[in-house]
Amino acid sequence: MQTDWIWGLFGGGLIGTAAAIFLLVNGRIMGASGIIGGLVDGSGRSSAAERIALLAGLVLVPAVLALIMGGAETHLTPNLAVVVAGGLLVGVGTRIANGCTSGHGVCGISRLSLRGIVATVFYIGAGGLTVVIFKHLLGVI
Amino acid sequence: MRNIYAFLVGGLFGAGLLLSGMTDTRKVQGWLDLFGDWDPTLAFVMGGAIIPMAIAWRFVPGRAPVLGGAFPQPPAPEVGRKLVLGSVLFGAGWGLSGLCPGPAVASISFGGLGGLVFLIAMLAGMLLAPPLRNRLDAVPAPS
Repeated sequence: MQTDWIWGLFGGGLIGTAAAIFLLVNGRIMGASGIIGGLVDGSGRSSAAERIALLAGLVLVPAVLALIMGGAETHLTPNLAVVVAGGLLVGVGTRIANGCTSGHGVCGISRLSLRGIVATVFYIGAGGLTVVIFKHLLGVI
Repeated sequence: MRNIYAFLVGGLFGAGLLLSGMTDTRKVQGWLDLFGDWDPTLAFVMGGAIIPMAIAWRFVPGRAPVLGGAFPQPPAPEVGRKLVLGSVLFGAGWGLSGLCPGPAVASISFGGLGGLVFLIAMLAGMLLAPPLRNRLDAVPAPS
């Protein structure tokens, strides 16, 4: 749709505002993989309540908005093997690289961090290559 | 107080992900698909998110967070193989599924069984990461 980019810019602005509040008020980096991963492997136990509160908002607000909007759709592939492989790779990769789209992408690039920029180049490059191989060459996704 | 702000931040983050279209895997894969019907939305989302955050970073030097404590120290500016290898693995999973960690959590209420399966696999991957990280640290860097 032609209005998609406006929604993209607006939604992106909300994401950046959220990250800015978390930094300036709580003094923390809004990186989704770090917030979740710290709960999973126990490394973030001392700030567990804060992490759980953030994740509760991250689940509840889209749930309410989706209801108001009359539903939302992820269009995730029905191929469960692809879903499991994708989830495993996203989980292991973001924790080895210590960041994902929000941490390295939004929070890192905005402070001109070399690590954030390099990570973003590599995950976008790998993502693009994966789509080319699995969609156009193999026809799996 | 910290938890109230964290909840609001999560809510704003989730609203942004949903409204920008980033919980729709078609839009994400459409952006990654340079050889198909390319969808530019994600670039606008990234740009829209980086601007307020770039302004926020300018307030950090010489100050402390509103709720006390200290701002996070920038990590050592080291671009090592963990950063590169991890990002390549993440990118491959992102391309396969169209989901990254934020949208995977934000879409859990409407993502159906597939979304739940993705989230469980992602959490399992996160559990597997610390031993792999240690192994990568143990291997000496090629000189």
